[in-house]
Amino acid sequence: MSAVIENHHDDHHHGPDKGLMRWVLTTNHKDIGTLYLWFSFIMFLTGGCMALVIRAELFQPGLQLVVPEFFNQMTTMHGLIMVFGAVMPAFVGLANWLVPMMIGAPDMALPRMNNYSFWILPFAFSMLLSTLFMEGGAPNFGWTFYAPLSTEYAPPSVTFFIFAVHLMGISSIMGSINVVVTILNLRAPGMRLMDMPLFVWTWLITAYLLIAVMPVLAGVVTMMLMDIHFGTAFFSAGGGGDPVLFQHVFWFFGHPEVYIMILPAFGIVSAIIPTFARKKLFGYDSMVYATASIAFLSFIVWAHHMFTVGMPIAGELYFMYATMLIAVPTGVKVFNWAATMWQGSMTFETPMLFAVAFVILFTIGGLSGLMLAIVPADFQYHDTYFVVAHFHYVLVPGSIFSIMAAAYYWLPKWTGNMYDETLGKTHFWLSFVGVNVTFFPQHFIGLAGMPRRYPDYALQFADWNMVSSVGAFIFGFSQLLFLFIVIKCIMGGKKATDEVWEGAEGLEWTIASPAPYHTFSTPPELPERSMA
Amino acid sequence: MARKESKLGAGQRLKTALQWLIALAALSSSWQALADWSALNMTKGVTAISREVYDLHMLIFTICVVIGVLVFGVMIWSMLVHRKSLGHEPATFSHSTKLEYAWTIIPIFILIGMAVPATSTLRDMYDASGADIDIEVRGYQWKWQYTYLSDDPTQEVKFISSLLTPQDEVYNRTPKREHYLSDVDNPLVIPINKRVRFLITSNDVIHSWWVPDFAVKKDAIPGFVHEAWAIVEEPGVYRGKCTELCGKDHGFMPIVVKAVEQAEYDSWLAMKQQEALQVYETVGKTWTMAELMETGEQVYAQACQSCHQANGQGIPPAFPSLVGQGLAIGPIDAHVDIVVNGKAGSAMQAFAAQLNPAEIAAVVTYERNAWGNNVGDLVQPRAVNALISSEE
Repeated sequence: MSAVIENHHDDHHHGPDKGLMRWVLTTNHKDIGTLYLWFSFIMFLTGGCMALVIRAELFQPGLQLVVPEFFNQMTTMHGLIMVFGAVMPAFVGLANWLVPMMIGAPDMALPRMNNYSFWILPFAFSMLLSTLFMEGGAPNFGWTFYAPLSTEYAPPSVTFFIFAVHLMGISSIMGSINVVVTILNLRAPGMRLMDMPLFVWTWLITAYLLIAVMPVLAGVVTMMLMDIHFGTAFFSAGGGGDPVLFQHVFWFFGHPEVYIMILPAFGIVSAIIPTFARKKLFGYDSMVYATASIAFLSFIVWAHHMFTVGMPIAGELYFMYATMLIAVPTGVKVFNWAATMWQGSMTFETPMLFAVAFVILFTIGGLSGLMLAIVPADFQYHDTYFVVAHFHYVLVPGSIFSIMAAAYYWLPKWTGNMYDETLGKTHFWLSFVGVNVTFFPQHFIGLAGMPRRYPDYALQFADWNMVSSVGAFIFGFSQLLFLFIVIKCIMGGKKATDEVWEGAEGLEWTIASPAPYHTFSTPPELPERSMA
Repeated sequence: MARKESKLGAGQRLKTALQWLIALAALSSSWQALADWSALNMTKGVTAISREVYDLHMLIFTICVVIGVLVFGVMIWSMLVHRKSLGHEPATFSHSTKLEYAWTIIPIFILIGMAVPATSTLRDMYDASGADIDIEVRGYQWKWQYTYLSDDPTQEVKFISSLLTPQDEVYNRTPKREHYLSDVDNPLVIPINKRVRFLITSNDVIHSWWVPDFAVKKDAIPGFVHEAWAIVEEPGVYRGKCTELCGKDHGFMPIVVKAVEQAEYDSWLAMKQQEALQVYETVGKTWTMAELMETGEQVYAQACQSCHQANGQGIPPAFPSLVGQGLAIGPIDAHVDIVVNGKAGSAMQAFAAQLNPAEIAAVVTYERNAWGNNVGDLVQPRAVNALISSEE
């Protein structure tokens, strides 16, 4: 990434330091954003390799490559790494790069803490990954780590897992505090909250979600630690504890967590679609309110992950109705995106392709989510591949596609060079086909009765599992093309203009490409009343 | 002139868009056809409840497909027509309060339309009126135990149901047969047209007992007893799975329920009760080493092998080796004790609940004298029985 800076000849004295220490000691939001993004990409490939181990084993019935113990370690680590290592840090990286540039701030409000919150992560994930080499193997109880499988019956490495989760939580909380403080205090003079770009809005709300729920996660893993090492029995029925309590506490964290992984994506797509439709975002105000409503609802629907734990009917009905309500603000967002495209003057560069695919495929995931909310039907769907298909539709062509879209959209601003459009489009189509071939058949496998987290399966599921595995390999390997495109763009290419995209609006497009090491040292004059 | 051309282009695009929409509509109707294909869709099942659930599923699925086709149709139309390459100028509108109200309120009505049938189906499922037969379903790592509850404890029938598929099929050494991973040694047997209540619990970690044809899926949680029920209308063999990750062999503890006519059920139950009585008698007799070893090998394969492995080497550290070390070559009393009572804080279960005294005696004797352990001693079923009775 150092090429970014070296290409830029400015007269400022405050250039970056040279060498490795620049990255270790940096408090610059752009450097830290870059670190986050590269880290998350490495984790994305790591977690992706684990997914490919899973799909390779499931290519055919029978056990060919791995034993069930290792298979369970792969599903667990894949989930943990993708959630905590790939998607979340990628969004934090984007926030670091973009929030100050979008609100006209010189940097994040708390730069040193920013450095700490990134540098915790490599330690956290080294610790987590090291469990693969421990006696008894890595955590094997699923990324949801339900007790007592994760306590009384867990491998010894569970303690390392707990401390890794603690570190990730500390990192996330510090990062979120930074985002909140930056947005609330460092906006350019005259920029009201309702003038902020939606990416800033969605991140502000996401940061509050993180601050609210990461301590809950820390609490639940600490209770596990106590159960395992200090003789408490929070989750042990034998000691008067309650295994279902674990699930309530976990999902009180877990449901807001899934919105943490999608709200910033809403912000990204709300930036990209107007640019390439050459038309203002439709219904800005309602987009903000919808985001806030989704965030609020995310706190009161957690037990819809637990319809089969034997709640009384009143509980089941409440969580069903509350969950169905989420469809309303989510629908509002989708309709607003469609209305933004309507009567626009669209072009389909790579970021737009990813953004449009996001809207369509995320909506498919949303609709299957609505189906899952219907309790009696959920009894049939629960813990089958239908659920796997659902959450991968909202996470892969949802969150991940939005991150890809963001990378292509802002890469020219970051590097000063245009990426290779032909390669970008190739990457998009490979990913699009790969993702759908992988996950669409999983709806069928699930409805036909294949449970998730199975290393082997009955013969009637063989055909679609094979199709799904082929898709996974297409999707997985096409991400190497993405790596190549990004490196190629950093190394050189057609010079980007300051505006980069014809229809782009926002403060980040008013500064030079590549963005200078320090931007907005003096606050910008807002061109118009509304930045939205 | 250029303007005219682009209009012409737009007209053609419109046609293309129309064709696309027709194609999409055709696709959505073929969806309905596909939906009847059992490999792709939820089963209708064999109970009134399961059919209700299926109808509900198809209703919400259809609504979702219609919504999807409409929304994606608008987007695809727009993408084909409102393109810069066709010279389409961007409109300037950016909000409409009326539209926002419309697409907030209309979905609420659609949701109510889904919630009403869902609520009524759920109420039917939660109907807690009395049952004709009560069966306790208890999850173990990695098998199910079924107990036919009875007011008279001597009439209780209790057995373990575990995977029948041999390891050779799993590891591709022999061809996979029909019902691969879906067959068990002792299926649950129930009569048709009777209200059977399942009382579901677990002995170790959380499992989940799922029979798709009954639309019954309930978590088996240690410390809880959950209730589910079914009135099966057609005789047949119905296969299900464990659906909550429960460790290594989560994928290898299927469920098989045989629904039979009442008369067949009665004779089956009588036979099972007779068997239980016979076991009781065998406990009293004196067994020879050869008898114990022979039975022990079978019991080991059924109850111990998935953790301690066929060669006794286990998978340390979770599942220790039994060969040449530890209790298997130590004092026999301690060996019997761990098999009877299990080991707290580990995966080692208390087998007194699953195996009869003769089986425990046989398997302990087998472990002490297999794989070169050659301790040479044996334990009689009546000694094991005495130990279990003294603890009760």
